[in-house]
Amino acid sequence: MSDHPLAPLTALARDTPVVEKIGGITITENPDLAIASLAVRHGRELDLQTLLTPVLGEDLPGPGRAAFLEDTAAIWTGIGQWFLMSPVAKHPDYAWDMKYIVKDTASVTEQTDGWVIFDVIGDSLSPLLERICNLNVNAMSDGDATRCLIEHLGCLIICRESGRNISIFGPRSSAASLHHILVTAAKSVA
Amino acid sequence: MSGINRLDGGQIDRNNVLTFSFDGKRYSGFGGDTLVSALLANNVRLMGRSFKYHRPRGVFTAGSEEPNALVELRSGARREPNSRATVAELYEGLTAQSQNRFPSLRFDALAFNDTLASFLSSGFYYKTFMWPVAFWEKVYEPFIRRAAGLGRLSGEEDPDTYDKGFLHCDLLIVGAGPSGLAAALTAGRAGAEVILAEEDFALGGRLLAESGILTDRLASDWIEEVTAELVALPNVRLMTRTTVFGQYDHGIFGAVERVSDHIPEPQPNKPRQILWRIYSKRALLNAGATERPIPFENNDRPGIMLAGAMRAYANRWAVTAARNVVVFTNNDDGHRTARDLSEKGVDVAAVVDCRHNAPTSADFEVIEGAEVIGSRGRLGLKAVKMRFKDGSEREIACGALGVAGGWNPNVHLTCHKRGRPEWNGDISAFIPVKSEDSALRVAGAAAGIFSTHGALQSGAQGAIDALNDLGISARFPALPEAEDAPVNIAPFWYVKGGTGRAWLDLQNDVTIKDINLAHQEGFRSVEHVKRYTTLGMATDQGKTANIGALAVLADIEGKSIPEVGTTIFRPPYTPVSIGTFAGRSRGKEFRPYRLTPSHKWAAEQDAVFVEVGNWLRAQWFPLKGETHWRQSVDREVIAVRKSVGICDVTTLGKIDVQGADAAEFLNHIYCNGFAKLPVGKTRYGLILREDGMAMDDGTAARLAEDHFVITTTTANAVSAFRHMEFCRQCLWPGLDVQLISTTEAWAQFSVAGPNARKLMQKIVDTDHDITNEGFPYMACGEITICGGLRARLFRISFSGELAYEIAVPTRYGDALIRRLIEAGKEFDVVPYGTEALGVLRIEKGHAAGNELNGQSTAAMLGMGRMVSQKKDSIGRVLAGRPYLQRVDDYRLIGLLPVNLDSVILAGAHLMNVGMESCAANDQGWVTSAAYSPHIGSSIALAFLKKGDQRHGDVIRIVNPLSDGDIEAKVTSPHFIDPEGERLRV
Repeated sequence: MSDHPLAPLTALARDTPVVEKIGGITITENPDLAIASLAVRHGRELDLQTLLTPVLGEDLPGPGRAAFLEDTAAIWTGIGQWFLMSPVAKHPDYAWDMKYIVKDTASVTEQTDGWVIFDVIGDSLSPLLERICNLNVNAMSDGDATRCLIEHLGCLIICRESGRNISIFGPRSSAASLHHILVTAAKSVA
Repeated sequence: MSGINRLDGGQIDRNNVLTFSFDGKRYSGFGGDTLVSALLANNVRLMGRSFKYHRPRGVFTAGSEEPNALVELRSGARREPNSRATVAELYEGLTAQSQNRFPSLRFDALAFNDTLASFLSSGFYYKTFMWPVAFWEKVYEPFIRRAAGLGRLSGEEDPDTYDKGFLHCDLLIVGAGPSGLAAALTAGRAGAEVILAEEDFALGGRLLAESGILTDRLASDWIEEVTAELVALPNVRLMTRTTVFGQYDHGIFGAVERVSDHIPEPQPNKPRQILWRIYSKRALLNAGATERPIPFENNDRPGIMLAGAMRAYANRWAVTAARNVVVFTNNDDGHRTARDLSEKGVDVAAVVDCRHNAPTSADFEVIEGAEVIGSRGRLGLKAVKMRFKDGSEREIACGALGVAGGWNPNVHLTCHKRGRPEWNGDISAFIPVKSEDSALRVAGAAAGIFSTHGALQSGAQGAIDALNDLGISARFPALPEAEDAPVNIAPFWYVKGGTGRAWLDLQNDVTIKDINLAHQEGFRSVEHVKRYTTLGMATDQGKTANIGALAVLADIEGKSIPEVGTTIFRPPYTPVSIGTFAGRSRGKEFRPYRLTPSHKWAAEQDAVFVEVGNWLRAQWFPLKGETHWRQSVDREVIAVRKSVGICDVTTLGKIDVQGADAAEFLNHIYCNGFAKLPVGKTRYGLILREDGMAMDDGTAARLAEDHFVITTTTANAVSAFRHMEFCRQCLWPGLDVQLISTTEAWAQFSVAGPNARKLMQKIVDTDHDITNEGFPYMACGEITICGGLRARLFRISFSGELAYEIAVPTRYGDALIRRLIEAGKEFDVVPYGTEALGVLRIEKGHAAGNELNGQSTAAMLGMGRMVSQKKDSIGRVLAGRPYLQRVDDYRLIGLLPVNLDSVILAGAHLMNVGMESCAANDQGWVTSAAYSPHIGSSIALAFLKKGDQRHGDVIRIVNPLSDGDIEAKVTSPHFIDPEGERLRV
């Protein structure tokens, strides 16, 4: 993408990411991740893995798991499906970049602006998560990733550090509602 | 100052003096008191009026099963009616009012009802209000509404918030009495994830209410010791003030935690209550037991209460309802009450024991083989009348009577999944059915094990057994030595004889006579008797009433109680306020909403928004001086037709379809052909259901041989995607196709009007040719705009004008609308909202949700020939059913009023001129209507029988709801550019 004069907004319709510090919990909107979905073509699993392993440094993660690599993260999102993520500054057209790598072994779709991402950090996130979703948070280990509902919104939750550092992916158009849910829950448990 | 009925001892904090008010009068109590214990300490026995007869009532129990002592708690917007004063913790400044009385509790004018008792028997509603019919709406209903209910709602919005949450555990322990504590200790030490939920604010259950039941130490010491250990265990979660109110499928329980009910108002940002959904692998019910009364004539006077409650008030709260008491019992437990009260210095005038082998006492008189047969004292008990076994009678002066009829295990939660309890003759009560493989076990008094020793042992064993199911090994802990007295009871359900009323259900004012009457009138099933008499249907769910009614029915029918059967217990175990169920889903946050990429900009323009599903869409953009929505909408429509307008159409569903077989997949999904659609082209597509009816429509753009982007209607975005996923995974798993929603990822704007191209050419980078030749109607492509921003462009139109839809990554949507408006100034560009969008598409005759309502076929929409017979697609075969192919079926037409000033309303029905307006003559209905500024009148789309053959006819548009009846001319549905020339310029 060339330089162009159109200024982007974050999912919360701000120029800069919103950061909320509530008690020991920090909720930060993260607009800096480029996301591309990957869906393997029929019978091309091994070919896809062969093409991606040099890039990722390891195999794509299995069900319920995420892999964090140097500047790329991968989340299993369904059978033969993953989200790949990388800094948007490095990959302003990430889907195109990934398509170039995986060729016809997988379908790649731009998902960067389909989601709002909130990074949530704190000494103990269990009380917060108990109030917003039905995940057994205490049973989540580093690298676990799963879909769940938060107030009717289909979300992805990635556990970066058990009980202390998670990322919540929610539908971008409902970013304000999801943010409201997180902030009010955080205040409730603060 | 703490009240004349305060005793020594108890588990109250006498250093913490709390003032409170009841019916405007100030009193004081102590920390640890409930509202009831504090009122009793202050010699207040009269606490409420009964539901139907407005009889004076006092407290009956010491727990959540309370039927009488219901009050309006707190004031103003926080006033909560029907609060059980027995579980209302005292706090400084608490205010409470009695309810269901006028003008005062002591003098209640509606107590007049009591004199009408013979007219207000069971089923009186059905008998009394049958005639005259005309009286129902004007007389009876207002009267019933005024008289109905107990407390008053504040009528104001609840200022507090309610939260909800989700918990997981290996073992959920319900109740923290001796068995619950023993279970928690056992499971906690084993390392299991344990939740111990207790509805009281203190742990200990019945241990708090008894004296001397642990024989090797004080109960309070053991509770303190166990609590300290449990608190220190990270795998144990102690939840006091938490009622587990329901058992649901798969080990899920519902619970309410009362976070802030014990303080005047919640801390800032904190909820009043939390609704918890608890996912348990195993659960152990230790809910204890509820004592039952022995009904006798006038057994409802203030001062008459359950004997176990009387004992609990003395031992735990150090209060007595009166200084002279009598106990009426059929079992040894009543004697325990008398003993404890006597030791506390209360004058026990007598223990009236209906058994002939009652234990004796040196401290009080025991009258065996006797019954209490009546009472005296209008606003508070003054004396009870008893009958000796020889038939002679005597009156005993007393201020309170404790009634001990035996205990019923609290089996309620075991019945929530249709479990039926079984009768145990040893304790004369229903107990839970034993089920070894049940995820819910029962221990302690809830299982019918009434000794403290038994409770402790069964609690620990229950935990061991439950954890054993999970492969967790637990050891039996060292437990205190405790009383192990057997249950010594002679079943005695109610006092026979007498002409007055004996109350079974105190909260709903149901008497033994009512049960008899219901039976006389033919009600046999216990479920029918319950509903006819309203027994057990109050907020206490008849916890102290139901078994007595079963006994009465059993006597009438000459059956045993288990033969009569039980009614079903359903959640919630105790009342849960609606606010708690609603949680944070209220007001503006009732549900999550979705904002379009241009929302911020639209709000700056003072756009009026409308909810479309969860989306908030701009409905119209009023300009200064426009005072009516029609002014704004007409202006927007005219501007689009005349020059150019912009509409945010991001809400349309977008689905990315890729794969080697993507074209074949779409060929099956759509009824029309897609296999041969060239790359760079878009095509309108219609999706049918399997039954041949139209499901949804939209466009499919082919970006590459193996890549399509399809659109759906806003309303069907999710259901269409779900349908396609089902087809992909289940119908044609062999096709190489992958789907993902991209609705959110792209901001999409429609730029429509004769000057649309000129405007687009100002932002599309010059290396992309968007002339009619280079980018003709239905073209699509990936382009760049504004100097390099990647975008997608589609030459499609909903308005009937030359139009483009431009999509950019959503984060640039706000900047793009601003750029388009700026660039369009020279063309007098306008933003237009959903109202103008609707007018434009009606003028063009495009179907939308009103026409695609699940009842329409392709043929009805004028698209019958689109259903390709050259390929197989979903719905093709059944769309060919003769019924759907009949020539007299409905067809989409346009309607133009004969009198152009007439207004057509959607939903109106069509009748032939000269025919009666009735269903038999119905010719069709109006699906969409609008005022067309282009035509200068109201226009409409409609489905009309044989409509395609009736263009030019005049038909009547009948609206019986508003007496509307106008004539209109049947036209083509295309009011604008029927040849489609504007689209293609």
